[in-house]
Amino acid sequence: MSALLQVRGLSRHYGRRIGCEDVSFELHPGELLCIVGESGSGKSTLLNTVAAQLAPSAGSVRYRQRDGEWLELGQLSEADRRRLAREEWGFVTQNPRDGLRLNVSAGANVAERLMALGVRHYGQLRSIARGWLERVEIDPARIDDAPTGFSGGMQQRLQIARTLVTQPRLVFMDEPTAGLDVSVQARILDLLRRLVNELGLAAVMVTHDLAVARLLAARTMVMQHGRVVETGLTDQILDDPQHPYTQLLVSSVLTT
Amino acid sequence: MNTNLMLDLHDLGKSFELHHQHDAHLHVLDGIRLQLHAGECVVLSGPSGAGKSTLLRVIYANYRPSRGSVRLRHDGRWLELASATPHEVLDARRRTLGYVSQFLRVIPRVPALDIVAEPLLQIGAEPAQARQRAGELLHRLNVPERLWQLPPGTFSGGEQQRVNIARGLIAPRPVLLLDEPTASLDAANRAVVAQLLAEARVAGSAVLGIFHDEDMRDRVATRLFPMQPLEPA
Repeated sequence: MSALLQVRGLSRHYGRRIGCEDVSFELHPGELLCIVGESGSGKSTLLNTVAAQLAPSAGSVRYRQRDGEWLELGQLSEADRRRLAREEWGFVTQNPRDGLRLNVSAGANVAERLMALGVRHYGQLRSIARGWLERVEIDPARIDDAPTGFSGGMQQRLQIARTLVTQPRLVFMDEPTAGLDVSVQARILDLLRRLVNELGLAAVMVTHDLAVARLLAARTMVMQHGRVVETGLTDQILDDPQHPYTQLLVSSVLTT
Repeated sequence: MNTNLMLDLHDLGKSFELHHQHDAHLHVLDGIRLQLHAGECVVLSGPSGAGKSTLLRVIYANYRPSRGSVRLRHDGRWLELASATPHEVLDARRRTLGYVSQFLRVIPRVPALDIVAEPLLQIGAEPAQARQRAGELLHRLNVPERLWQLPPGTFSGGEQQRVNIARGLIAPRPVLLLDEPTASLDAANRAVVAQLLAEARVAGSAVLGIFHDEDMRDRVATRLFPMQPLEPA
């Protein structure tokens, strides 16, 4: 099977400080890759650079779009990058307030990305939005409520619906369950796991939680000081860590 | 090439280097040579600490081998698991290499029936058909039907273990690795597992397992592979 995303020697510096340095990986269709590491290890910088939200200092990101053509992201115009983000990608932020529009209704939040793809029929938009609210376990009766009145977990589920409604081929997720109660976390993880399987999504997810990686990702990359120090099968990395930093990370997890 | 040979271990060794425990080196396996053929059930025997579970985990590519070779017949050709890419390992696990441990890894909110059905779905079975097959297996393993729609987090140890066995055996796989899958089962359920393994062997699977229970070992083993702890290095 051929890759969907190819990252080669990717670096992003902030002045003289390293955000991420010389990162290479491939992502296949239908695959979820986790990036783990402590805060400040460069996970989010890497994610944002891969997703073309930050300009790389060196290296390249290639993406194979729906029609099979490879795109070199660094050479795309801003308009083309926006088109990709709209038509083929999705982005789930840690704080749902960053990914949602808080002053419009839940239904409009879900429908907005569809409208950007040219779906105009009001009844159709409303019925799709209703279906997605159900899918993420939000009572469809709340379709006209603004998300400001939702709990944090509900807002995050709404953001997931808003992102996935366009059936993106590639989703970037930055700590989508951090800062939520564990019971709420379990619900969102189960939801993500199901949707990723059902929709055959490819995804890159940043998390500092190794249990999240074990549950969702077949492959994991471990980052420290902006570099990837270990990469491989998630179960291999968690059960037989090789790098000193990974060993420290794994042995620091509390087990119940 | 011997058409029955499914798994070929050559001079296999495994050591652990613990960077935060004063750089301790643990030598667990060395010079392992083992060939596993279709239709046989080889039982690893030896005292605890002999590296039996470690060996199974190395074969499953859950642990990385330190030395030597693990060759698996996958898709009619030999795959060297010691140097295979993650994607190759995942594909081998989906279609060729099964592993059943003592413990079920519970997934929050996912019902027992779906946990069992998942490996069949991963190789492309229809959901309805996969669930039906999952129900048949759970029924044979005496897991009461009222539990099927519940997540197994609250099940007893024996019930979880039977869910785990059903999940491990539902997809027909040419090589099965079993790490004490019957440790907390009663005699009646051990007999069911022995029967399921016999059926897998007749269907051509090669089985490599650890069974501490002698009765179970006598019932399933076609051959023993003795192991001893390595001398402290």
